[in-house]
Amino acid sequence: MKESTRRNVTSFAIVSTPFLWTMIFLFVPYMVMFTYSFYLKKFPTFIPAFEFVNYLTIIVDPQYYQVLVRTAKIAITVAASAVMIAYPLSYFLVFKIKSNQLRSILYMAVIVPLWVSYLLRAYTWKTILGNEGILNSFLVWSGFLDQPTDIFLYNQFSMVVTLTYIFVPFMVMPIYMALEKIPRSMIEASKDLGVGPIRTFLRVTLPLSMPGVIAGATFTICLTFGDFVAAFLVGGPNGAMIATIIQSQFGATLNWPLGAALSIVMLVIVLTIISLSDRLERAGRIDLD
Amino acid sequence: MKQLSSRLNERIGDNLLTLVATAGMLFLYIPVLVLIVFSFNDNRSLTLPLRGFTLKWYEKFLSNSDMLTAIGNSLYVATVATAVTIVIGTVAAFALDRVTFPGKTVFRRLILLPIALPGIITGISMLNMFKLMGINLSLETVILGHATGLVSIVVTQVYARLQRFNRRIEEASSDLGARPWQTFFYVTLPNIRLALIGSALLSFTVSFDEIPVTFFLTGRDNTLPMYIYSTLRRGITPEINAVGTVIVVLSLGLIILSVYLLRQSEKE
Repeated sequence: MKESTRRNVTSFAIVSTPFLWTMIFLFVPYMVMFTYSFYLKKFPTFIPAFEFVNYLTIIVDPQYYQVLVRTAKIAITVAASAVMIAYPLSYFLVFKIKSNQLRSILYMAVIVPLWVSYLLRAYTWKTILGNEGILNSFLVWSGFLDQPTDIFLYNQFSMVVTLTYIFVPFMVMPIYMALEKIPRSMIEASKDLGVGPIRTFLRVTLPLSMPGVIAGATFTICLTFGDFVAAFLVGGPNGAMIATIIQSQFGATLNWPLGAALSIVMLVIVLTIISLSDRLERAGRIDLD
Repeated sequence: MKQLSSRLNERIGDNLLTLVATAGMLFLYIPVLVLIVFSFNDNRSLTLPLRGFTLKWYEKFLSNSDMLTAIGNSLYVATVATAVTIVIGTVAAFALDRVTFPGKTVFRRLILLPIALPGIITGISMLNMFKLMGINLSLETVILGHATGLVSIVVTQVYARLQRFNRRIEEASSDLGARPWQTFFYVTLPNIRLALIGSALLSFTVSFDEIPVTFFLTGRDNTLPMYIYSTLRRGITPEINAVGTVIVVLSLGLIILSVYLLRQSEKE
């Protein structure tokens, strides 16, 4: 075999293996899901069709619209709360910790929980916020409350706390990297020109770190949109998210076509958010070179 | 005077920042501590004050055969899924780094999509396909789901390493008469070793703990997170804290090791 032919064969093998994998396990499943979203529910499963009934249901039945709005509200609140915690934390790590070694240890301590059991991290909040939970028993024990209260768990508050907790590391990662990239000379230049620390922050540091905030918020919003685990554990009756509804279509409610249509709606929303944030990030990017 | 007040402001600002950052750290770690502390607390309900030290919740989960089966299932799924992911992900990273082919941009987007997409979409879309093809759900379908979701992690890490890789070493190897496969196994692979091990550890931990994809793709067999998820319907028990502590501590260890290796690999 000639050298060039062999190289072509190798290249072909290198490309086609992962290409086939993505086709079979990503592209085809999306297409099947898309097809199913036009099928009709018929006991015990469903029948092939090409109807817009499922999408129409989502639009007409206010239940779905309300859940979508609630999910969006929670997702945005979670992203905002996560920024409030992650930004000062990242800023502190990048600008106030002088030792490189300590900084990278602390940074690791912040982002490592990201990959630790999602389920267990949500679960601990159930044990903390519950009626017989740690927070309640602490408040009663220390005399702040006469008896335990139900206000902490099974509502949107507990959803926001739990999801914020889960996504703070996701937020710290891009913000930290954006802050780290800012040349110190720019901040010093601003100070040398007599600009105060607050204005330096608002006019130099914050704008330069915005791409990190946008990236983190995008991740957080998209992943919150797809969460049904936290909703199951701490959500309660008013905490149902769009993913909870989708999940029940494939379980108890058994309406796969509607579930598929709702998944497509979620997919479109998430992809829209990603491409919007991509555009926003590109527009806001300031070239430092 | 003005300078003094501005310096004072800066001091206050610094202290405030330290306070907020510390609070943020506490927020991240108090729940983990709660999980660990209550796994040793001698009380059936998870309330304060603490009642004394016990190991009985650990004994209980170690004698719970359903839970042990679930742990075995999770180990099987995570091991095979990691192996598959590493192979597919590494090959994909090579394809992205070294070969030009039509549709490369689309391919890159598609393969990286599961990073930002909620797991539920991967799970449901694959469930739909398996149903269409008449494939019964099992631990193996879970493995395919995990591998597909995790490939993005491996691709990102290995691709980043390949981008910094000095191709001259490979040229030198082939000039010295090494065959392409020899160059690959003796030169290229050892050089990207840290990135591979790091992303393998990460994939393993994530797969072991994974729930949104598993939820839709598992058959009669439960993985450990699915087992815990189903027992949580019946309420919380200190036993969950005990097994949770083991998982969290082991996961933390594996991830710290993996992040460390990946950082070392960045320095190469």
